[in-house]
Amino acid sequence: MKRGLIPLAVFIVLVGFLAVGLTLKPRELPSPLIDKPAPAFSLPLLATPAQKLSSADLRGKVWVLNVWASWCVACREEHATLVEMAKLNLVPIYGLNYKDERGAALGWLERFGNPYVASLADTDGVVGIDYGVYGVPETFVIDKAGVIRRKFIGPVTPDAIRNEIAPLVAKLNS
Amino acid sequence: MIRSLRRGLLSLLVPMLLAANAFAPLVARANEAAPLSADPALELHVMRVAEELRCLVCQNETIAASNADLAVDLRRQIRLKLQQGQSEAQILDFMVERYGAFVRYRPAFDAKTALLWLGPFALLVVAAIVMMQNIRKRRVGVSDTASAPLSAAEAQRATELLSREPVQP
Repeated sequence: MKRGLIPLAVFIVLVGFLAVGLTLKPRELPSPLIDKPAPAFSLPLLATPAQKLSSADLRGKVWVLNVWASWCVACREEHATLVEMAKLNLVPIYGLNYKDERGAALGWLERFGNPYVASLADTDGVVGIDYGVYGVPETFVIDKAGVIRRKFIGPVTPDAIRNEIAPLVAKLNS
Repeated sequence: MIRSLRRGLLSLLVPMLLAANAFAPLVARANEAAPLSADPALELHVMRVAEELRCLVCQNETIAASNADLAVDLRRQIRLKLQQGQSEAQILDFMVERYGAFVRYRPAFDAKTALLWLGPFALLVVAAIVMMQNIRKRRVGVSDTASAPLSAAEAQRATELLSREPVQP
C-alpha cells in the first residue's frame, strides 16, 4: 500500500508540471528591454522620407511604438484595433514600418486607415533588431523618460488596450 | 524511390543551371542574393557564432541553420560586427541584450540555469542511490533464506530426494 504511494506522488508532481507547461506561451518571450531605455534611432518618415524622426524627439511624452509591415498577416488583424485606439486619443501611436517596401506600406495605410502619428521606415530592419523584434506585430509602451515599460508580442487586442495600455498610460502621464 | 526521384531532379537541374550560366552575362546580376562575403575564413567565423544563437522565429533552430528572414538579418549583423573587430563574446552580449538569455542556443551557466544544467545529473545520482539500495536489500534477502536452517519437513523432503534411486537413461 505504502509502496504504491511514491510512484503516485511522482506522477502527480509530473502532471502538475505538464499542466503548467500547457498554459505557458513559448512564443512570447520576456523582453530584456522592459524598464530599460528604448534603443535610440533616427529614421526617415515613411510618408516623407526627406524628414527624419529620432527617439530624442519623442522625449517628454508617453508614446506607443507599433512594429508593422504590409506583408504581415497578423498586422492586418490588429490594424482595425489600432485605428479604433487612435480615435480614443489615448496616446500617440508611432509606427515602425519593418522591412517593408514604401509603396506597399503607403498603399496599405490608405486602404486600411492610418492610426499612426507617423511611421518610421526601417527598411533593412536594423532598428527592429535593436528593439529585439522577432515576430511582427510588436507593440511597446514608452514613458516620458524614454524607458520601455511594456511590450506586447503579436496583435494587440481591444481587451489589452482597455485593461492594460489605458491604465498604464494614465499612470505614466500622471 | 526517393533517390531516383532526386537523381531525376538533378538531371533536370544541371542543364538548367548551365543554361542560366550561359545567359548570365545578358542578365543583370541581382546583388540582393549575396549574403556571403568573399572571405571564407570570416564566413566560417560567422557560422560559428551563429551556431551559438537561437532563431526566435523557429525556436528549435540555430541562426546558422535557419533561413527565416530574421536569421538572415542576424547573420548579417554578426558578419558586420566581426568585420568591425568585435569579439564573439561581445556579439553574444549584443544579442542577449536585445532578445534575452533565451537567444543563446547553449545557455550560459548561471544561478538561473543551474537547475537546467545540473538537474539531469542530480536525477541520475538519485536514481543510482535508489538502485543501489534496492540491490542491497535484495541481496540481503537472498542470503537470509540461503543461510536459514531447514525446517523438519524440508529436511525430510531433502533426504527423500537424495536417497531416491537414480533414473536409468
